[in-house]
Amino acid sequence: MKVLLFILQKEFRQIFRDRIILAMMTFVPIVQLSILPFAANFDIKNINLAYLDHDRSPYSEKLMHKIASSGYFELVGYPFSYREGLNQIERGEADLILEIPAGFERNLIREGKQKVNIAVDAINGTKSALGGGYLTSVLADFNANLVMNIQSPVGAAGTRVARIEIAGMSWFNPREEYKYYMVPGILVLLLTLIGGFMSALNIVREKEIGTIEQINVTPIKKWQFILGKLVPFWIVGIIVFTIGLTVQYLVYGIFPQGSLFTLYLFAGIYLIALLGFGLLISTVSNSQLQAMFVAFFFVMIFILMSGFFTSIDSMPGWARQMSYLTPVTHFIHVVRLIVLKGSGLEHVLKELGYLIVFAIVLNGLAIWNYRKTS
Amino acid sequence: MSKHFGDFKAVDRITFDVNEGEIFGFLGANGAGKTTAMRILCGLSFPTSGQAKVAGYDVYRQQEKIKKHIGYMSQKFSLYDNLTILENIEFYGGIYGISRGEIRQRGDALVKTLGLDKEAKKLVGSLPLGWKQKLAFSVAIFHRPRIVFLDEPTGGVDPITRRQFWDMIYQAANEGITVFVTTHYMDEAEYCNRVTVMVDGRVEALDTPARLKRQFQSDSMDGVFYQLARKAKRTSD
Repeated sequence: MKVLLFILQKEFRQIFRDRIILAMMTFVPIVQLSILPFAANFDIKNINLAYLDHDRSPYSEKLMHKIASSGYFELVGYPFSYREGLNQIERGEADLILEIPAGFERNLIREGKQKVNIAVDAINGTKSALGGGYLTSVLADFNANLVMNIQSPVGAAGTRVARIEIAGMSWFNPREEYKYYMVPGILVLLLTLIGGFMSALNIVREKEIGTIEQINVTPIKKWQFILGKLVPFWIVGIIVFTIGLTVQYLVYGIFPQGSLFTLYLFAGIYLIALLGFGLLISTVSNSQLQAMFVAFFFVMIFILMSGFFTSIDSMPGWARQMSYLTPVTHFIHVVRLIVLKGSGLEHVLKELGYLIVFAIVLNGLAIWNYRKTS
Repeated sequence: MSKHFGDFKAVDRITFDVNEGEIFGFLGANGAGKTTAMRILCGLSFPTSGQAKVAGYDVYRQQEKIKKHIGYMSQKFSLYDNLTILENIEFYGGIYGISRGEIRQRGDALVKTLGLDKEAKKLVGSLPLGWKQKLAFSVAIFHRPRIVFLDEPTGGVDPITRRQFWDMIYQAANEGITVFVTTHYMDEAEYCNRVTVMVDGRVEALDTPARLKRQFQSDSMDGVFYQLARKAKRTSD
């Protein structure tokens, strides 16, 4: 135990003497959390629309204004032909073409229906899919109003069709603001980056400068050494997490709905798992460069598969399995549940179990794989 | 004992005894196998075959016990550059289980004898190499081990500092610490009680410097070393 205290003292001295690490601890969470949520935003705006109007009637003009005023679309061109519109897509000026056929107004009034053509540039998948969706809902809305406008004056009760209106309501994030979704996720990423990389580089640095050999020739116990590396970075991680939560509250007004205790419990265990992962990497690598690449490879996979950007439910089966095998997935899930939904500890016991297993396995491997004698 | 890396016999059936309290010189060209043998004796690596005991403990099964009783100074400088002199002493003393009070007391005394009291709170990284090496040696014997292993401790150090360094080695030997030292400097070999010369992983000679010079009819250890090392088939790395 005494030995451990000496090791901890030394590690803390080194960490607090390292200005870059100190900067990482304080500025990185603040900067990342202030900037990223605005950039990593799935709310698609500024969809460039080419409006190809063969009708040029009051109705088609009305539709155009409705689209323009929806806030999502930017009318970038009024081509005269479909080919011309297509050229605009090819040049990247337009994402969508809405083609209004001749006789649009006449058919709508006389027959109550009219087909329009939407052509979507599918290079930017998300933007085009969402853009097409938005446009369809704007059209549906226009259509509904039209039905009212056209049919109401007739007033014949028999022609009235009963309609079911679907009103959506988003729970836990009523305005569907992406920042509520993204900010907690980014907080997790921060912890992942700082925890994973700092610990991965640490033992390797001792290998590089040669001090590890001096350590290995002392009667130090393996667990003392690993714990001596783990505890300081754990504390740094918790500090970063706290700074992150503060920024989240001050900048975005997001205060965890659930209990802070549960949140910190998870953060604590998650950090242990992650630091174990970092230490494991540093026991297999011989240089900081190697450790960096290996850590980068895994962290990249962790993040992309974690459900941070994309929904896990829509991944193919094998990918879903892989996703469950990364600690990040569970932690992001839990943080969102606790922060946004206010879930209690009893709702996230399964995730707690996962994280504990990760913590034990990764740290166990790190201790097992650290060799004082080769 | 032997140590093989694949087909390569880094250490090839070497046999020797080191007496308690002596200064034992371990010579050989680059790549002769000195460091490999020393690492085995320090419990940093397993021998492939053979037997060896250090301070009475077996190198296969009792490495952690060996580690309690030895000090080691590697070729690479192995103190922490971003800690001060006293912090380094405190850390290494602490791992060997010395109490805080004793560390402080002996640390202060050590800094004074080294003439580093003004630098005690400076980062080790800012010291000149010669001072660093003297400090590293002092730290290696700070916990009063029975044996200290020194792997080319005076590499790159100026002649005056080397002389002072050897004074420190004698001082340690007088206190009863057995010194096991590798070196490339043949004048340093003269300072040893007994010397072995390793060539291509084997011990080619083992005796006092005086007797070796007589045996090889040379008036310096340089001559002895040339005669032996010339037989080497391995190219140095």
